[in-house]
Amino acid sequence: MTDYFFLIPVALALGAIALGAFMWSLRSGQYDDLAGAAERILFENRDGPDDIARAHEDKPSHRN
Amino acid sequence: MSCCAPGAELALAMVDPHTANEEVLLASRIIGDGVRQTDLSVPGIHCGGCIQKVEAALGALPGVEKARVNLSTKRVAIRWQADKPPAPFIETLNNIGYDAYLHDAGADETDETLKELIRALAVAGFAASNIMLLSVSVWSGAEASIRNMFHWISALIAFPALIYSGPVFFSSAWRALRHGQTNMDVPISIGVLLAFGMSLYETFHHEAHAYFDAAISLLFFLLIGRTLDHMMRARTRTAVQGLARLSSRGALVVQDDGTHAYLPVNEIQPDMHILLATGERVPVDARVETGQSEIDCALVSGESLPQPVAPGAVLSAGTLNLTGPLTIVATAVAKNSFLAEMVRMMEAAEAGRPVYRRIADRASRLYAPVVHLTALLTFIGWMIVEGDLHRAASIAIAVLIITCPCALGLAVPMVQVVAARRLFESGVMVKDGGALERIAEVDTAIFDKTGTLTMDRLRLMNRNDIDPAALAIAASIAAHSRHPCSRALAAAGRDNAVTPVALNDLSEQPGAGMQATIGTTTYRLGRADWALTAAAEQSATTDVVLSENGRQRAAFHFDSDVRPDVREAVLAISDQGCRVEIMSGDRDEPVRHLASDLGLAYRASVSPADKTKHIVDLTEAGQRVLMVGDGLNDTPALAAAHASMAPATAADVGRNAADLVFLHDSLLAVPQAIAVARNARQLVRQNLILAIGYNAIAVPIAILGHVTPLVAAVAMSASSLLVIANALRLHGWRSRKEPRAGAPAGDISSQLLAMEKAR
Repeated sequence: MTDYFFLIPVALALGAIALGAFMWSLRSGQYDDLAGAAERILFENRDGPDDIARAHEDKPSHRN
Repeated sequence: MSCCAPGAELALAMVDPHTANEEVLLASRIIGDGVRQTDLSVPGIHCGGCIQKVEAALGALPGVEKARVNLSTKRVAIRWQADKPPAPFIETLNNIGYDAYLHDAGADETDETLKELIRALAVAGFAASNIMLLSVSVWSGAEASIRNMFHWISALIAFPALIYSGPVFFSSAWRALRHGQTNMDVPISIGVLLAFGMSLYETFHHEAHAYFDAAISLLFFLLIGRTLDHMMRARTRTAVQGLARLSSRGALVVQDDGTHAYLPVNEIQPDMHILLATGERVPVDARVETGQSEIDCALVSGESLPQPVAPGAVLSAGTLNLTGPLTIVATAVAKNSFLAEMVRMMEAAEAGRPVYRRIADRASRLYAPVVHLTALLTFIGWMIVEGDLHRAASIAIAVLIITCPCALGLAVPMVQVVAARRLFESGVMVKDGGALERIAEVDTAIFDKTGTLTMDRLRLMNRNDIDPAALAIAASIAAHSRHPCSRALAAAGRDNAVTPVALNDLSEQPGAGMQATIGTTTYRLGRADWALTAAAEQSATTDVVLSENGRQRAAFHFDSDVRPDVREAVLAISDQGCRVEIMSGDRDEPVRHLASDLGLAYRASVSPADKTKHIVDLTEAGQRVLMVGDGLNDTPALAAAHASMAPATAADVGRNAADLVFLHDSLLAVPQAIAVARNARQLVRQNLILAIGYNAIAVPIAILGHVTPLVAAVAMSASSLLVIANALRLHGWRSRKEPRAGAPAGDISSQLLAMEKAR
């Protein structure tokens, strides 16, 4: 019986972490250009995160 | 920078109207910290190499902080310092071989809906999987105390998920109810909310059955359907927006003090003097003040051949200036121009068209009352038989849960998404599911001529009658001009593999033609009254002549090039049981020629209002009309028709009004769209029958009170999987049956590129 008190919160927390990670990746514009991301991985120069897309994404979220 | 000097922008604009920096400034937006962002649509980007080339070229420009390519939408976002004038972005891209167009900022606003749907879907998915996990333990026979604890945890997960993901359906259901109507979201919302409420009550009273899993997985399944439906529309919208803007954003206006300023279209007043460079579109209705040129009216009136204009000529907004710079005087403000007039007529036609109710909404109109009545009768029946309020209520709610319209919510969009994807692969973009439903019903197809049955480029008709030496000279001269006739001549030269001739003193006479010398002989290629000295010869010629020292050497006849596969397409559409006719704004003669060639009925010189009227008349006679057209003059007719299609080369308004847009040249896209839409309609009907069959089995079980949460979960998942599997069959039909029209999928971008280049 006491096992439940650990296992259920752990299971829910893991699920919630995955959900949070998905929400974050969605918000930071990582799904905006799937075709482009597939190409960029092959570039030799270091390519930072897409701050333009994020600036673009952040704006509407301020509205909420 | 040179663009700061007054007058310099005129020189720039003469080279290429797009380089007018004011236009870039006008379309950019401030994103804070003294930084502006400009979005460009670059249809030619198609690989990783393009990304690097474009980003490197733009990043090297002065003032540019960062350029970022989005390969999926084929757009570039450029951030630049607002205190400096914009660098020549478009020119830079043109120099490295990419066509670029300013993209409307703010056009992406609606993308937020998709984001919201995906977030709601993620939350519902998380909640559904966790609740299902707990429910499985309950179904496997957990003892009462643990069962109750699990129910409480389920309630804790389900409640926030309902609050977060539910409003997608609740708000739409509430809107419908407030207007005294019902749509599909009404039974969904009632089912989900009642299931949750009853489960909460059961949990409070330590009862055995709670339906949290059913309520939330319903939400999850239905959100999948909703998201797919929205993605289909978003994808088409992105693709349509990637095409070039054909209406002008502004114009170079001569102000009172003699300086020039670039003004947005809606600030242009009558009597303003506008400098119109070659290659620019007329911004508002205007009159020519000085200059000679030729005007391409194909998109506006449907006339296929360029029209010469001289001072005093009247120009419609949207026509394209071809050969010489003009000074024009505005005669109307933008909102009274031809374009705005067409938009008004289009809106009137749209308002006049009966509102089309989508098949799912029509089905739910029958479905909802039946389901709710059944639940009510079940409740009354159990009250009479047993008189136990709690038991009667829980069985009635179980009926509502089991009949929740999963098949309508998931199966219909699923079929339509698969159908839209199939069409997308062959270069046809579908605006939404309703468009697919409508185009499946058409029984009459009306085609515009110019730009629809024909291409928007000209072809040399009498190529084989012309002396090869004369053709070689003409093609060599024509290669230096962008006039449609010249392009056709140059293309004919390439096809006949003529050897280019070396030319001297090449010059272009706006509105008349080209002149060049070879040795001591002067050649003129252009209008007969300009190229020929002897008056007697003039009357015999029609289009364009090549003259040698003033004497005619060859005469060229042009007509618009017929789209590939026109004959096959018309045959295929007739085979599908549709009557086909041609309705054009062009002169009688070319329309009759094409119509008799194809064996079709035709109407020529039809005004935009008469086009609309003809369609309304047919509709009132009980026919369902498919309008295929591209011009501004077709736009009201597109809106009035039951379903509409436009080629990607159509005017902006027309493209936005049309239900379907096809990217490839081949007209086979039209019969193919009808065929796919009809297959989809058949599958949707099968799915509805499956749904009815499922209910015929499940409802009696529910009414008799044998539905437990386990039965509900199994029944719902099984029926959902069944309709999804049925929808996916549409994908299989392609490989077995019809060969695809046009080029393979990966070719859309290169087609687009070729198309934009042709402009």
